[in-house]
Amino acid sequence: MPPLLVLASPDEPNNPWFSWAYVRQNIDGLTEALQQHVSLTLAAVAVAAVLAIPLAIVAYRTPWLSGPILSASAVLYTIPSLALYAFLGPLLGLKFSTALIGLVLYALLAIVRNTLTGLRQVPADVRDAAAGMGYGRLGLLWRVELPLALPSIMVGLRIATVSTVALVTVCALVGFGGFGTVILTGFNNNFYHPQIMAGTIGCVALALILDTVLIGLTRLVTPWRRGA
Amino acid sequence: MDLLFTYLHQAFIWLNDPLNWTNPDGILARTAEHLEIAGTALAIAIVVAWPVGIWLGHLGRGGPLVVAVANLTRAVPTVALLTIFPLTFIGFGFPAIVAAMAIFAVPPLLANAYLGVREVDPEVRDAATGMGMSGRQRVFDVELPLAVPYLATGFRTAAVQVVATTTLAAFVNGGGLGMIITRGFGLGINSGADQIIAGGLIVIVLCLALDGILAVVQRLVTPRPLRRSLARGRSAVDAALPSRIEQPL
Repeated sequence: MPPLLVLASPDEPNNPWFSWAYVRQNIDGLTEALQQHVSLTLAAVAVAAVLAIPLAIVAYRTPWLSGPILSASAVLYTIPSLALYAFLGPLLGLKFSTALIGLVLYALLAIVRNTLTGLRQVPADVRDAAAGMGYGRLGLLWRVELPLALPSIMVGLRIATVSTVALVTVCALVGFGGFGTVILTGFNNNFYHPQIMAGTIGCVALALILDTVLIGLTRLVTPWRRGA
Repeated sequence: MDLLFTYLHQAFIWLNDPLNWTNPDGILARTAEHLEIAGTALAIAIVVAWPVGIWLGHLGRGGPLVVAVANLTRAVPTVALLTIFPLTFIGFGFPAIVAAMAIFAVPPLLANAYLGVREVDPEVRDAATGMGMSGRQRVFDVELPLAVPYLATGFRTAAVQVVATTTLAAFVNGGGLGMIITRGFGLGINSGADQIIAGGLIVIVLCLALDGILAVVQRLVTPRPLRRSLARGRSAVDAALPSRIEQPL
């Protein structure tokens, strides 16, 4: 990503906390940061979901695996992102995929945990009733257990998305920080307030927007819960 | 894989140099700095979060507020607060870093204090009232002792979280162990690799060790009969609140 231009002089006597002039003049750089931030977030959550949901199903079906999977998740969350990128950076280089791998690792866990919680919350008598109606293992999973776990899975996706948006800022370390790079460049550029604020607002707004979209999506895919 | 071993080897060589430990900005000094930032932030967060959480739990109100605080702090990147705080009236240096860290330590402390008091068996509460205990007595003699396991959970979560997040202070040259990593990145990804990975290792070991120690403490302060019930069932409010670290740091 090319360095963001700071056209307004940071030395100008007023260093306001927000400036439309800054946003207008740097709209290209900010758009690019937005694109990077969104693409990293969406890619990370999508890849994580594709890996995590089957993993959670496996853990659900083979109970002895769920212990190790959950404690592995607890251990990984204890590892600070900066330390994780301290390993990934030198090993994989300063690339988009390096940033992505770290994000996927962290996002994976929120989704695995919530999917597993959702599956475990399926009442035993519901499962019995479905089995009694002649559902096989796959049918039970696909038609009964997963739909009932869906609200919980969606919560997992929301947690993963919102925290990934915040975490992308740390990827500035490996050169793909989206708005995080905007914030840090502003800081290192004579503490230029409008740039720091633009990056911060961008981050928080993106998190809230994506969260709202996912809430809407949850309503869409769980029509039976709308009345409640 | 070979690359990993090469880098690990380099990291161990770096760690094996006594000067890297005892320099003015060596591992020992950085660790002290790190723990000072994290410890102060944690203390401030406790002073703010526990009274509020216990009070809200006692009133049985404010659940949505606690959840909102937890969700909002999840959306705000640490890097943003770390860069904004030094530029406000707080000014550059230690207080700004501590303030940023303290804010992220509040949600787990607040949520668990609230929950701990909230989850006290209503019958126990009734019994205390029936015995003629005043509101103050109920809080200090009944609810607070029963909330200790939750307070311990919150403490452990917040402590590990703060120690982990303090590494990010290095982004704004704020000190702590993260500096070893960012200095390494400053040297370039290849020539700094030994230092980057060594720094990463130290931070990981510190966080895992702290989490392990606090897990033991948590167990010790939890009365035996409560250990099983806590591990087994947590309520619905509970599910919406951060009881363990549930976000990347």
